[in-house]
Amino acid sequence: MATAVAVVPARRKLARDEWIARMAVVALALWLLVAVALPLWALLSKSFQNRDGVFVGLANYATYFSNPALFSSFWNSILVAAIATAVALPAAFAYAYALTRSAMKAKGLFNALAQIPILAPSLLPAIALIYLFGNQGLLRGLLFGQSIYGPLGIVIAEAFYTFPHALLILVTALTTADARLYESAAALGASPRRIFLTVTLPGARYGILSAALVVFTLVVTDFGAPKVIGGRFNVLATDVYKQVVGQQNFQIGAVVAMMLLAPAVLSFAAERFVRRKQMAQLTAQAVPLVPKPQPLGDGAFLGLCALVAIPIVGILATAAFASLIKFWPYNLALSLRNYNFGNFETAGWLPYWNSLRLAGWTAVIGTALIFTGAYLQEKTRGLQAVRAVVQLFAMLPLAVPGLVLGISYIFFFNHPANPLGFLYGTMAILVLNTIAHFYTVGHLTATTALKQLDSEFEAVSASLRAPFYRTFGKVTVPVCLPAILDIAVYMFVNAMTTVSAVIFLWVPPTRVASIAVVYMDDAGWQGAAAAMAMMIVYTSATVKVLHVMLARTLDRRTQAWRRR
Amino acid sequence: MSGAPFLQAERIWKQFGSFTALADVSFDVHPGEFVCLLGPSGCGKTTLLRIIMGLETQTQGRILREERDISGLPPAERDFGIVFQSYALFPNLTVFDNIGYGLHSRRMKRQQIRARVGELLTLIGMPEAARKYPAQLSGGQQQRVSLARALAPSPSLLLLDEPLSALDARLRVRLRHEVRSLQRRLRVTTILVTHDQEEALTMADRIVVMNQGVIEQIGTPMEIYLHPLSPFVADFVGEMNFLDGMLVAPNRVRVAGAELACGPTDGLPGAGPVRICFRPEDVDVRAHGASAVNAMPVEIAALDFLGSFYRATLRPAAANAAELRADIPIHLQRELDLAPGRLITVSLPADRIRVFARD
Repeated sequence: MATAVAVVPARRKLARDEWIARMAVVALALWLLVAVALPLWALLSKSFQNRDGVFVGLANYATYFSNPALFSSFWNSILVAAIATAVALPAAFAYAYALTRSAMKAKGLFNALAQIPILAPSLLPAIALIYLFGNQGLLRGLLFGQSIYGPLGIVIAEAFYTFPHALLILVTALTTADARLYESAAALGASPRRIFLTVTLPGARYGILSAALVVFTLVVTDFGAPKVIGGRFNVLATDVYKQVVGQQNFQIGAVVAMMLLAPAVLSFAAERFVRRKQMAQLTAQAVPLVPKPQPLGDGAFLGLCALVAIPIVGILATAAFASLIKFWPYNLALSLRNYNFGNFETAGWLPYWNSLRLAGWTAVIGTALIFTGAYLQEKTRGLQAVRAVVQLFAMLPLAVPGLVLGISYIFFFNHPANPLGFLYGTMAILVLNTIAHFYTVGHLTATTALKQLDSEFEAVSASLRAPFYRTFGKVTVPVCLPAILDIAVYMFVNAMTTVSAVIFLWVPPTRVASIAVVYMDDAGWQGAAAAMAMMIVYTSATVKVLHVMLARTLDRRTQAWRRR
Repeated sequence: MSGAPFLQAERIWKQFGSFTALADVSFDVHPGEFVCLLGPSGCGKTTLLRIIMGLETQTQGRILREERDISGLPPAERDFGIVFQSYALFPNLTVFDNIGYGLHSRRMKRQQIRARVGELLTLIGMPEAARKYPAQLSGGQQQRVSLARALAPSPSLLLLDEPLSALDARLRVRLRHEVRSLQRRLRVTTILVTHDQEEALTMADRIVVMNQGVIEQIGTPMEIYLHPLSPFVADFVGEMNFLDGMLVAPNRVRVAGAELACGPTDGLPGAGPVRICFRPEDVDVRAHGASAVNAMPVEIAALDFLGSFYRATLRPAAANAAELRADIPIHLQRELDLAPGRLITVSLPADRIRVFARD
């Protein structure tokens, strides 16, 4: 048997494709460093420096906190976010409950209607609300003298904007119910009310908490709605913009951005923690709950959903209508005048075409990058330390508000010593920023899809002398195509609708549609602003419809090898 | 087996942090041999297989192929084929493309690939399945395709990681024979990892029994079954009765109030506590009265019908002795009219009783 003792630790030489995988992981880490980590570091250090770049400790923070005009925005943001959460969450819960636990009719329709806000920038509900309740609004009388400009308008616009996000989480939480628990409770003679309080609510409690945190964060970090309808009511998001763009005070701007980042990171961390608990509730043996028809209850749920869906459709319809009439409220004749953007801005339709380019590049490059990155991270091995860095910075963007990332980009790419400075003012920096901003959700989607593949594909390939990239191309990508499409559409729609990520980075030749909405609204061309916002909605909706059709075709084509 | 071994694992250690998965593991595989790595889950057998394949790297030790150290080679350069428990068939590729996957890597011509895949499809008895996708096949068929894919590039060693565990019991038994006869026909050296002792006993030329990262015993199925070298092997392979007793003289033990002749006691102290064991099928219930040799009076506590035989639970007459199990053929039960509550005498053949030290 064994004669010589090999005391030296064994080492294995790396195959060529293993080298390639390692180099790709390093490249991915470097990209995330440039696109996420270094800009955020630039922001952090800027908040501790004076105008000349000298370290001044907490001086900027001291200035900020001692200025009540600035600091009051912090409380304004928290207040508005709390109220908007209190409005959106119960509505979303009732809606989700009706979709998952009742046997009401037209569930598909109501589900689709609830998705409308995702297609629009948050500017759109704000503009529509001004048409309805503004100084010349049709329904102004309903406010009993209250002004829509300020917290009231922000809350309503944000409730509209965040509704589908809360709904998605709550539907998931309520879908994962185990029918056996309900059968046991009923068998033990519990009343429906007691079952709801002792089974339904506890089962969904993490979902509710998670949805609340997501809505809260979205509201605190949203720029579009308060910009349009906030009036003189200042919030953190508008303060950052005013400090940086209005007063060129980058130091205080950096401090406000840090104030914006803090609650976002905190609620992000809490949300991740809560979501993990929610997942742990799922067991493999759970029997899915199938709701039984109850004519009276189902009718009530239908009414309830309609009550929520009507304002959503109403807001969209108002914007669509406003974009199509001559002069609100004096001349309601239909006209396409508002879509002739050249009448209002010299740039004309250019911002729209820029948005298409931005969304297209973000979808194509972003999806390729995100999916390949998630694959490398999930399925190849080695360089554990680098992988830990990748994991951290792939998750971080979800916690970073668009405005914060945008201002960080200014500090980082505009720095005279940065060799990448040439990117400033190009479409490339908008694409870079948008991919980074929406990286995490795509990364999680890709990772989930990849985890469903057999973990031994790579080992089998190696034993068959096939390099990993051949299996990636021949097997992984074709099998994950539905998820890849999901990521691409997500990136496209978000690039179309985002305001906050690009507001600091555009220059006139790269102005995009959502920015044009902000500026035309500012200039008083509200009809044109509504028209441009509607162009964003039409485009996003078209892409979504194409996505559904493409997904169906794909499903039919690949039915032969997909299990059930 | 004679001549030089084809593969040698030499003093292999594997640490995962502070956990030792393999401790000083050595064994040989001869050309054309079918070796089973047998052990409970977590014993390190799969880790050992992955080290041989090159998917994991050992902390210490060497893997030799025909006396050449291959520890430094990546999986693709080892020329080994592997089949996983999940089969890991590519779902979007047809059976033909799955089997041909490794042939493309060898720059074979299209014509050659077609011929080779056809050959393998015939070999596994599925010549009609070329255009089907894995999802359209039964579990057993998927298993065969996965085997064909591993065999297609004619590997010098075939590694099978629990390849039959995902199948139902009846199919598993049938495929054992299929895999074994295929291996014999191709004369491909094979290592199979399993936790199923029946699978190891029926398929292997030699079995390597592993427990907690170390090798407990290496031997033919017969050797492992009849002459287990440790209580673990005795217990893990087949059914076994264990009784505590005292060694009173060489080859004589006192247990449950009886003094019995037993198997070899070499290497044990002259007298002292021991643990003896014997298999249920070796308990002879036909013994008569006091004339019986190596006998022990017992009461039948229970009689469980298991189809072709009864498994009896026997309670020795001596106080505080552990219960025993005995397998009684159904005709013997009828002949002797055995029933719960009856007092009988059983005889235990001395050469079937194995003795281990007890601390």
